[in-house]
Amino acid sequence: MKIITGSDLRTGDVIWWTGEGWSRHVNDAVDVPEGAEAIIARENAKQIVTDTQVIEATRTDDGVRPAHIKDRIRALGPTVRLDLSLKPADPAAGTWVI
Amino acid sequence: MVEQTLRYRDDEPVSDPAVTVDAFADQSNATAVRIEPGDDARALLPHLERIALVEVNFPAYTDGRGYSAARILREHGYAGELRAVGDVLVDQLSHMRRCGFDSFAPNQDISREAADKAFATWPDVYQKTVDGRPAIWAKRHG
Amino acid sequence: MYQYDQYDQAMVDARVAEFRDQVARRLAGEITEDQFKPLRLKNGLYLQLHAYMLRVAVPYGTLNSRQMRMLGDIADKYDRGYGHFTTRQNIQYNWIKLQDAPDILADLASVEMHAIQTSGNCIRNTTADHFAGAAADELVDPRPYAELLRQWSTFHPEFDYLPRKFKIAIIGSETDRAAMKLHDIGIQLVTNDAGEVGCRFYVGGGMGRTPMIAPVIGEFVPPLQMISYLEACLRVYNRYGRRDNKYKARIKILVHEIGADEYRRQVEEEFAHILTLGLEPPPAELERIKGFFEQPGFDASASDELDLSDPDFAVWVSQNVHAHKQPGYAIATISLKPVGGIPGDASADQIRLMADLARDYSFDELRVTHAQNIVLPHVKKADLYTVWQKLDAAGLANANLDLISDIIACPGLDYCSLANARSIPVAQKISERFADLGRQKELGELKLKISGCINACGHHHAGHIGILGVDRKGVENYQLLLGGSEGADTSLGTITGPGFSEDGIVDAIEKATDVYLAQRSDGERFVDTYRRIGMAPFKEAIYAKEPVNG
Repeated sequence: MKIITGSDLRTGDVIWWTGEGWSRHVNDAVDVPEGAEAIIARENAKQIVTDTQVIEATRTDDGVRPAHIKDRIRALGPTVRLDLSLKPADPAAGTWVI
Repeated sequence: MVEQTLRYRDDEPVSDPAVTVDAFADQSNATAVRIEPGDDARALLPHLERIALVEVNFPAYTDGRGYSAARILREHGYAGELRAVGDVLVDQLSHMRRCGFDSFAPNQDISREAADKAFATWPDVYQKTVDGRPAIWAKRHG
Repeated sequence: MYQYDQYDQAMVDARVAEFRDQVARRLAGEITEDQFKPLRLKNGLYLQLHAYMLRVAVPYGTLNSRQMRMLGDIADKYDRGYGHFTTRQNIQYNWIKLQDAPDILADLASVEMHAIQTSGNCIRNTTADHFAGAAADELVDPRPYAELLRQWSTFHPEFDYLPRKFKIAIIGSETDRAAMKLHDIGIQLVTNDAGEVGCRFYVGGGMGRTPMIAPVIGEFVPPLQMISYLEACLRVYNRYGRRDNKYKARIKILVHEIGADEYRRQVEEEFAHILTLGLEPPPAELERIKGFFEQPGFDASASDELDLSDPDFAVWVSQNVHAHKQPGYAIATISLKPVGGIPGDASADQIRLMADLARDYSFDELRVTHAQNIVLPHVKKADLYTVWQKLDAAGLANANLDLISDIIACPGLDYCSLANARSIPVAQKISERFADLGRQKELGELKLKISGCINACGHHHAGHIGILGVDRKGVENYQLLLGGSEGADTSLGTITGPGFSEDGIVDAIEKATDVYLAQRSDGERFVDTYRRIGMAPFKEAIYAKEPVNG
């Protein structure tokens, strides 16, 4: 699947396109097989998101899994500071990015 | 459409078309010349007396060669119009002025008000350049 | 330490106002991200993997306690309670909000700090010997010259859009503690037979994807012509440095392609012209700045004796304390490299504690080192034990300076959008593997440096052992280099061969250290043995097939 990601212009938070808006959780990301450029152009113009891009991902039993390790680390948070990641209670969360 | 030029000189604008640096040496009646980023501004030094307008082109604002070209011309006494043209943005105006530019023909119009604000950004300056402003070290030591 | 006058303060205040306006224009949609990005970068604000990152300049790595305290407070107020000290003697915050950035700059300006030119293709923050003004082997204190450089390079109108970024380092000792020859320009202050001071200019060094050691371009430039010489060096680069290929745009490529002699000829020609323009600050300005760097009020009767009866303290002293030029005083380095920790990270509380120690025991001064540690430059020997106890209580008494666990590591793929592989987990595993301090001391001085991509922020080319993280078909992979060094014996490391997994690289390093222990002669450091015996024995051990039933 193709999903759209970007950064919240004001906070810098990693965000994912949900079909209606933006979420901090990659599992909320929806497949955008076509028309991504129009969505990006429209959303960029609203001054709420920046650095938007379309990336490859797959849907697994655990949810949406970006194809590249860099995007998986973006989706989780720094693996060396899981306390600051989106899964602070899961000590094994770091293995998901590999 | 006539593009807007911000001019900070009192003399009459030059209407001659600007020729390339290569062509200039062979055209003894030319008074306006256009410097591209890769041109050597020093090639013009023997002819400064007859030049009334130098345009320095910035195809992309990130290419800073034009700053050195401008300063070199001023350091050698060029007193005619020095115009920055091309991808000239408001946030670069202040530095351009410090390097000797006294007119600006940006691709995208800049209001005179915005330009004046840009020129007033720095209350003082650390370096002596060609704009006549005293460096901070000169102010400190009279 | 240098103190701002009204002119310096007005400059940083104007910068805050300018950036506040630029951020407001961006948030209001008046400028696009493409237009805004270079403006925020000029203020050290990057968009990284998880948030904005703010890089704050620590000019020539020098801080007072008030500034250090502010760095701790900013970590709490605007970030997530910690900061990361970098190989450029700066500090980075990882979780900054764009809307807060102008307020942070204002807070920094209130303590005479800024984030000016910590990114972008301009002259970056100048780095210097972190023992400046304190080292027993110092010839000339580089800090007044570094401050002159700071002012000259700040908002330099001609050199704001260079072909690529530009880094200057300055030292005044025979010992190079600033990796000076691996900078775009390295300046070494030297003295001649007549006792006069001169600047030796090394131009065209660097790391990155094409590492080069800088050749000498200016042998002995008078200090009162230093700025003019720099103008000449930079102008030649600005005009003729390559702009067609970002990877060939650093000055090292220009100097390499036209040759040091031709570059020198062009610089000399430009220099002769620039000297006629009167661009140099007057002698009185250098004297004024020197006035801020007078020796602090040392106690001339301070005892040179040190009670080393506490063995843990004795180990720390032997590893982390250096000779001071003033009898009765010492230079203490605080290692930010605990076993299993993140190299260079410090919590807000730790930062404030270090500020307090500087205020109470080091004449209010601290330094950031390019090895990502903190220095208390002027500690009375009689106070060292107290300082050590307070550090120990805060987890800051790691006695591993210049040992294998004193690892330089860039933030890597855990934080950095340019990275190809993570650096920090590798550093953590190595420090855990070699956790035993006795074992580390047995290995002696061993500088290990890790970069998560070819840009080499972790200085892997200059490590006795270097590690470069690469992306191999979407999987993190680590190349091993041996034989680099960054001091007076500057050399570039050589890749051993095929890369390793994260665990594999730790094993490979252990095998390399086994070769060293088996082969070393008396007094040899790891890098000395490598230079003597060459790559082959190391390679053989590292890539040896494991016996099947071994």
